[in-house]
Amino acid sequence: MNENQEWPLFEVFIRSRQGLAHKHAGSIHAADASMAIEHARDVYTRRQEGVSIWVVRSSEVTASDPADAEALFEPARDKIYRHPTFYEIPDEVKNL
Amino acid sequence: MYTQGLDSLGKESLHVASDDAASLEARFQAKVDADEKIEPKDWMPGAYRHTLLRQISQHAHSEIVGMLPEGNWITRAPSLKRKAVLIAKVQDEGGHGMYLYGAAETLGMSRDQMTEQLLSGAAKYSSIFNYPTPTWADIGAIGWLVDGAAIMNQIPICRCSYGPYARAMVRICREESFHQRQGFEIMMMLARGAEAQRNMAQAAFNRWWWPSLMMFGPNDAESKHTAQSMRWKIKRFTNDELRQHFVDVTVPQAEFLGLKVPDPDLKWDEAAQHYNFGAIDWSEFQNVLQGNGPCNRERLEARRRAHERGRWVRTAAMAHAAKQKQRKVGNAA
Repeated sequence: MNENQEWPLFEVFIRSRQGLAHKHAGSIHAADASMAIEHARDVYTRRQEGVSIWVVRSSEVTASDPADAEALFEPARDKIYRHPTFYEIPDEVKNL
Repeated sequence: MYTQGLDSLGKESLHVASDDAASLEARFQAKVDADEKIEPKDWMPGAYRHTLLRQISQHAHSEIVGMLPEGNWITRAPSLKRKAVLIAKVQDEGGHGMYLYGAAETLGMSRDQMTEQLLSGAAKYSSIFNYPTPTWADIGAIGWLVDGAAIMNQIPICRCSYGPYARAMVRICREESFHQRQGFEIMMMLARGAEAQRNMAQAAFNRWWWPSLMMFGPNDAESKHTAQSMRWKIKRFTNDELRQHFVDVTVPQAEFLGLKVPDPDLKWDEAAQHYNFGAIDWSEFQNVLQGNGPCNRERLEARRRAHERGRWVRTAAMAHAAKQKQRKVGNAA
């Protein structure tokens, strides 16, 4: 066991109340996942910010590359017909 | 996201050699000018990364060292209520240090490296925490003045161009407001108390007033980093602007408490709608920054001791985690 080994990094996700999704709150160092939850409790929920915590090793997260942003997200930009406001409907037509 | 993302900096950074570095920089500045946030894996100029790393890590160190002057009073707070409040405040400072270290780590420096820089004295922390807290009134003065100055410094950073720093700062500012109010309340209790209590409040005010003004950093003319940091939107106001704002809002609060500002040159300027205040003793500031303040050695010593004494716990936790993992694998097989 390396004496100077840094505790691994975990990403912390918190559900602020029942009915809402877990949202990324920040990161935390811990020896393992259960300790990460305890540390996340102390660091991210001192004021009742959460009712549930997820932690995941940061090294397990696969993220998209900012350089790929255009290739990934540009194709949606010109498809405005996916939005209801694209369609012109006369005012007298109701409930549409 | 976060640190591991920096091991591989993304395709964009690999293109630097072929792509025109100047055009990358121009694109970066255009993003900043348009108030778009910069995120960890985005391309950024080396100097931007370096400036942020220095600023955020020093900010984190300040939170951690900042626990010491107040921790000094936890066992001696005058009531159970004050004790609970002080513990909560010191816990917050620890938490703020964690948010900030997390933000700094996204720029590619490990937590251990940062800790090492603090303990070796290579990294600075706010000069204010090198002053002693001899009386209970100092705890009031710290909350009111030091946290007040910190909030004034930090609110504009909530709009900083670097996303992780801005997000950390939003949390911190939201939590810090109670720190300042509890400090003012302590001062108010003392100011309304017996003569000895009023004198104690005034003495603490005298001790913390000037160091609080120094917290905003050198005068604009002397400030090395201000212009570039403002261009990068790391900083939104100059040191002198923030300092003036602090004086303008704090003097009426002192008047409310019936405390006298320890500055014979303090005067309201009706035309400018500002208080004029006396010259700051910058030699004191420099001296404290160089490590010769009243408590520099004591603070660093306390941090080093805590780090050394915690070593076996950190190692044992890792050993335990490894053993648990092993056991799990064994059970599954």
